[in-house]
Amino acid sequence: MKTCLVVDDSSVIRKVARRILEGFNFRIVEAENGEKALEACRLELPDAVLLDWNMPVMDGYEFLRNLRRMPGGDQPKVVFCTTENDVAHIARALHAGANEYIMKPFDKDIVTAKFQEIGLI
Amino acid sequence: MTPLDFEYLRKLLKERSGLDLTAEKQYLVESRLTPLARKAGLSGIGDLVQKMKTGAAALTIDVVEAMTTNETFFFRDKTPFEHLRETVIPALLQARAARRHLRIWCAAGSTGQEPYSIAMCLKECGPPLTGWRTEIIATDLSNEVLEKSRAGLYSQFEVQRGLPIQLLIKYFKQVGELWQINPDIRAMVQHRQLNLLQDFSHLGVFDVIFCRNVLIYFDQQTKAGVFTRLARQVEVDGFLALGAAETVVGLTDAFKPHPDKRGLYRPNRVSPPSRAAGMPSPRAAAGG
Repeated sequence: MKTCLVVDDSSVIRKVARRILEGFNFRIVEAENGEKALEACRLELPDAVLLDWNMPVMDGYEFLRNLRRMPGGDQPKVVFCTTENDVAHIARALHAGANEYIMKPFDKDIVTAKFQEIGLI
Repeated sequence: MTPLDFEYLRKLLKERSGLDLTAEKQYLVESRLTPLARKAGLSGIGDLVQKMKTGAAALTIDVVEAMTTNETFFFRDKTPFEHLRETVIPALLQARAARRHLRIWCAAGSTGQEPYSIAMCLKECGPPLTGWRTEIIATDLSNEVLEKSRAGLYSQFEVQRGLPIQLLIKYFKQVGELWQINPDIRAMVQHRQLNLLQDFSHLGVFDVIFCRNVLIYFDQQTKAGVFTRLARQVEVDGFLALGAAETVVGLTDAFKPHPDKRGLYRPNRVSPPSRAAGMPSPRAAAGG
């Protein structure tokens, strides 16, 4: 069973993402900010990370930069999932090592398509 | 909707578009035509049918368009585009090396996601196709969807279905809350209104025909007839791409399945297609 770390300060978004991804047989680990997500990654590297951008304590961009520097941190597939919907943010995320990008609002079809795109489903 | 209303719509759609509505598709009629009826200020499908019977031509066109517009998204099903990149284009790069010209027909171009996906595939080929003339003809029964295709404007939801993020930022620009495909990609696609039930020999002969997820709505006899006519419009060494749930097997001998590429077919003949008098040759057809 693959593991997906869902990182978002909104419990509603985490719940929606959990419901969608559990439908694809993912085991879900949740974190409410980048710092807690890094702690989770130190314990166990997930197969995938669904990552918000704007969060308190540590944002998604900083988390991703830190993750990619960790031993084995190049392995998880990272999908940004954010309201930052402009080209500059998307380009910055890809440069930092994101594999895909979901612009909120999203639905099940979009999450499915993006996870299929990077070979997670 | 009464059984008589459904029967009227079933016959009309069959005649105008080839759409073969079986009884279990009644839900589809209700879900697509109820909003149309309300938009026209009518109480429901019963009133809509009554108005159509009085000869409301514009409303009838709207009904046909609403029923024949199908869901589409960029790089739908992925596999046909892998075939295009890995099998079709390499074969044609060799076979057309002398004339350096490719013609591709999207027979159900709809709102543009398929023809623009093909255009992006060709762009991504890079130098091997530099200096080649590439034409993509997108046809559809519905003028409304062709207008959307011409504009190349898509919502955030539409660009997120099937389109890899790298291609989004490479080939689209943001226009307010929408995304518009870049002019160079738009210019690769020509749009024509076309009913597949009618003669399409005037389009000329193609190297590749994409005819995906449209014939599934036709009955067997109509499908067979379309395949026979499609075979006349494809080069001897050309290709036909069908949808994942479609096949020519048992319907026609005009095409044969590619031995190891599911959904890809080759014409089953050795002589070039006959060209009707006055029909444009590939070289003379309008350029993009």
